[in-house]
Amino acid sequence: MTNGKRVLLIEDEPNIIEAVRFILSRDGWHVATHSQGSDAVDAVRAKAPDLVILDVMLPDRSGYDILADLRADDATRALPVMVLTARGQQKDREAALSLGATRFMVKPFANADLLNAVRDMAAGLQTGD
Amino acid sequence: MTFNMLILGSLAYVALLFAVAFWAERRAMRGRAGWLRGPVIYTLSLSIYCTAWTFYGAVGSAARNGLEFVAIYSGPTLVLVGWWVLLRKLVRIGRAQRITSIADLISSRYGKSPFLGGLVTLLAVVGITPYIALQLQSITLSFAAFSGRGPEDVNDIALLSAIGLAVFTIVFGTRNLDVNERHSGIVTAIALEALVKLVALLAVGAFVVWGVAGGPAATYAMIEASPIADWQMQPARWLGVTFLSAAAFLCLPRMFQVLVVENSDERHLATASWAFPLYLFAMSLFVVPIAVAGLTYLPAGSNPDLFVLTVPLSRGQDELAMLAFLGGFSSATSMVIVAAIALATMISNHIVVPLWLSLGRGQGATMSGDVRHLIIGARRAAIVGLLALGYVYFRTSGGGAFLASIGLISFCGIAQVVPALLGGIFWRGATRVGAGAGLTLGFAIWAWTLFLPSVGDGTVLGAQIMADGPFGVGWLRPQALFGIDGIDPLLHTLVWSMAFNTAAFLAGSLLSRASPLERVQGAAMVNVFRHAAGPRGASSAPVEAEDLLLMAQRILGAREAQRLFQSAASAQGKLGYLPDVTPDFVEMLERQLAGSVGAATAHAMVGQITGGAILSVEQLMRVADETAQIMEYSARLEAQSDELTRTARQLRDANDKLTRLSIQKDAFLSQISHELRTPMTSIRAFSEILRDGADMAPDQRARFSGVIHDEARRLTRLLDDLLDLGVLEAGQVSLRLDAVTLGDVIDRAVASAGELTRLEIRRDRARERVRIETDPDRLSQVFINLIGNAVKYCDADRPVLTIRVRPSGQGWDVDFSDNGSGVPRAQQDMIFEKFARAGDTDAAGGAGLGLAICREIMARLGGDIAYLPGQSGAAFRVHVPTRLGASSGKAAAE
Repeated sequence: MTNGKRVLLIEDEPNIIEAVRFILSRDGWHVATHSQGSDAVDAVRAKAPDLVILDVMLPDRSGYDILADLRADDATRALPVMVLTARGQQKDREAALSLGATRFMVKPFANADLLNAVRDMAAGLQTGD
Repeated sequence: MTFNMLILGSLAYVALLFAVAFWAERRAMRGRAGWLRGPVIYTLSLSIYCTAWTFYGAVGSAARNGLEFVAIYSGPTLVLVGWWVLLRKLVRIGRAQRITSIADLISSRYGKSPFLGGLVTLLAVVGITPYIALQLQSITLSFAAFSGRGPEDVNDIALLSAIGLAVFTIVFGTRNLDVNERHSGIVTAIALEALVKLVALLAVGAFVVWGVAGGPAATYAMIEASPIADWQMQPARWLGVTFLSAAAFLCLPRMFQVLVVENSDERHLATASWAFPLYLFAMSLFVVPIAVAGLTYLPAGSNPDLFVLTVPLSRGQDELAMLAFLGGFSSATSMVIVAAIALATMISNHIVVPLWLSLGRGQGATMSGDVRHLIIGARRAAIVGLLALGYVYFRTSGGGAFLASIGLISFCGIAQVVPALLGGIFWRGATRVGAGAGLTLGFAIWAWTLFLPSVGDGTVLGAQIMADGPFGVGWLRPQALFGIDGIDPLLHTLVWSMAFNTAAFLAGSLLSRASPLERVQGAAMVNVFRHAAGPRGASSAPVEAEDLLLMAQRILGAREAQRLFQSAASAQGKLGYLPDVTPDFVEMLERQLAGSVGAATAHAMVGQITGGAILSVEQLMRVADETAQIMEYSARLEAQSDELTRTARQLRDANDKLTRLSIQKDAFLSQISHELRTPMTSIRAFSEILRDGADMAPDQRARFSGVIHDEARRLTRLLDDLLDLGVLEAGQVSLRLDAVTLGDVIDRAVASAGELTRLEIRRDRARERVRIETDPDRLSQVFINLIGNAVKYCDADRPVLTIRVRPSGQGWDVDFSDNGSGVPRAQQDMIFEKFARAGDTDAAGGAGLGLAICREIMARLGGDIAYLPGQSGAAFRVHVPTRLGASSGKAAAE
């Protein structure tokens, strides 16, 4: 059941990148990764993924800033973005959703939940088309 | 008339006096004193000035010295008529200050000096005792003359009189301790005696003029024919006696008693100032006719001092003689009674009580029952003692001296008080030293030149001393001081004693400084009229109400004061803010003010304005006390408010700190959460993958297991670091100090840093051979961290770490510098913070707590750690003290 969709993972922890890549690849996703915050927006524009998984605590730029930039740009305004963060407090969730995050997920996560969330986002994308 | 009849008559008269005294005392106690406290009784009570000396002695004096006796009367008359302002001032002061005696006045004026009080008391006792003896003598002589017996046969009479007088004085003079020291019974009895004296003398005089000489014209002719007509006035002696009598009128204890202490109303003085000279005039009216009649009709050698008695007797006028006898008796007894009371008061207040207090018995007890008993007992004993002394003096002096001369000796002694008295109430500059010097000197000269020589020839001062001076020093001869001879002894003493007294008083006052209490008292007495215009409530000038309002506003505040005055005015049916200054209003105002400033202060302030009150020293002291209390209270309030401000600031600081700490804690928890969740995320994700995926290649499975294992170890390290940092930050770490070589510690660190596959470490071992005392485990932990950082972060192609040791202060600097790109400038400030991780975390793998832990450790070891900027690569300098605590100022970082 490969759907050929592309997901861009913006994350700086190598082990987490590997885990997410494995989980989504097995489901038929094409996973691209990017581990710097400063040029993450450019990477999104360049790679034009179907959806983005975005870490918040990046070394040189906050994930929230990246999200805000994405939402400010017409090209990426509607792009589904899942914020995946180790900061799981309510205020973090609210901050992410108010900035326009499509989904909010806290680390550590159940693999199945991550997969389902990504599928839902993809489905929403299809309905939206 | 028989001797027994005489005794009976005397006893009856005494009984009458007792009855009158009792009656007056009871009326006074019931508050119905009425006219008994009026100006007439007051004026009559002044007549104790006229003692037996004046009653009998004036005639004797006239017979011997012509009109000199008039000088005795002119002194008081001059004072009363010409200087009654002075008397009014004395009375005002006496009432304002609750003065009990002349000694009390002098003592109070000069700062409550016990010495001066005692000195004046002593002076009075020494001066008055012969005077009491004189009265006893006159009673005895008159008894003898009346009964026709020799004086020796009637000495018992003197004793009986002394005892009787003591009883009367004790009964009416020491019944209770009146605050005012007033004695209604005695004053009334004395007034009665004054009338008896006057009536007796006038009766004898009238008898002489009309009964003996045969009318005024015949009397005049008789006088012209007598030696008195040839009398030549001696101006010096006349002046001297006038001065003495004026001084005595002011200063004699008994005169002060009736004039000031027994005065119940200042206005009585106005009556006395004309009525008493009139009384004196009446008393002296017939002196010359009686004297001339005695000289003319009685046998030569008759005692002229008894003419008043013997002239009627010689004419068979027994009833008239009896009246004259009672007049003389009255003169003698009234003087003795009042003098005894006045002296007893002085002795108890200025000798017994001070002695008792100085013996330490009276601590804490002020006018309690104890002291009351003491004072009353002392007064009774003093009365008995004074009369006994008078009796002894009378018996030993043998009546050799003339009555009048004893009187003048007494006057001269008491006149020594005049400079201190007048100076005290008219000159604020007078001081205790001056008063003491003047009194002592005057008293000494008087005793040496007049009193001691008078005590019988050769009894106290031998004839040798009188003639040649003490130890042959001629200029100290008692009656010829400084070799000036041939003056009348009385004038001699008067001039010298008053001159030295006054000079010493002035010099002492000018050369010494007054104590604060003296100055207060001086001002209060000298300016006694300035404070008081009239009795309270007598004048209700609107100005005064306005003054009160101004003062009240200052104390109560404008609105409160105006409200108070307005309501008081409307209560009086007046409009506006100014009520009439009625006694009720003044009292109400005082009460209101007392709530703010204290009762004594309120009374003083209101009194200042209404003029109704004069401040006593005690009141002033209470005012000062209250002021001090209020100041202390406000100081306490101020301190409290300061403390509150301080506390509030501390609370604010503490709150700020807590808020900061809370923010830090939130940030820290958030960081911890992130640091824990990151490895957990990998662990969970891979463990789920392994669990679910059966179709996995073995090498992939092994690789995922490896990730889980690494992340688990990372978690463990993180927890270890957190715990370590917690312990260090709490200061609970216990150091294991040891003396080691710095090089050995570096060796251990290099060894445990693991295989340094790529990192080359350069050292100069010779420089590392220094001994230090430290905790080697902790220090090597710091070194391991720094070496580990170099391994993790040095990005050179061929990484090299140089470790160099050099001396610095009281310890050593150990520099770790690598050849990488170093820490970016922006991050140099924060690399020692918790979870600050330089650069990419991929390579680091640590929790970001390493340098924070290093900083904590070095602080505990008394050194520190810092990033060295400006080097080619990353460089850290660790300062290690030679001994813990040896490094100056760098210990206990943060």
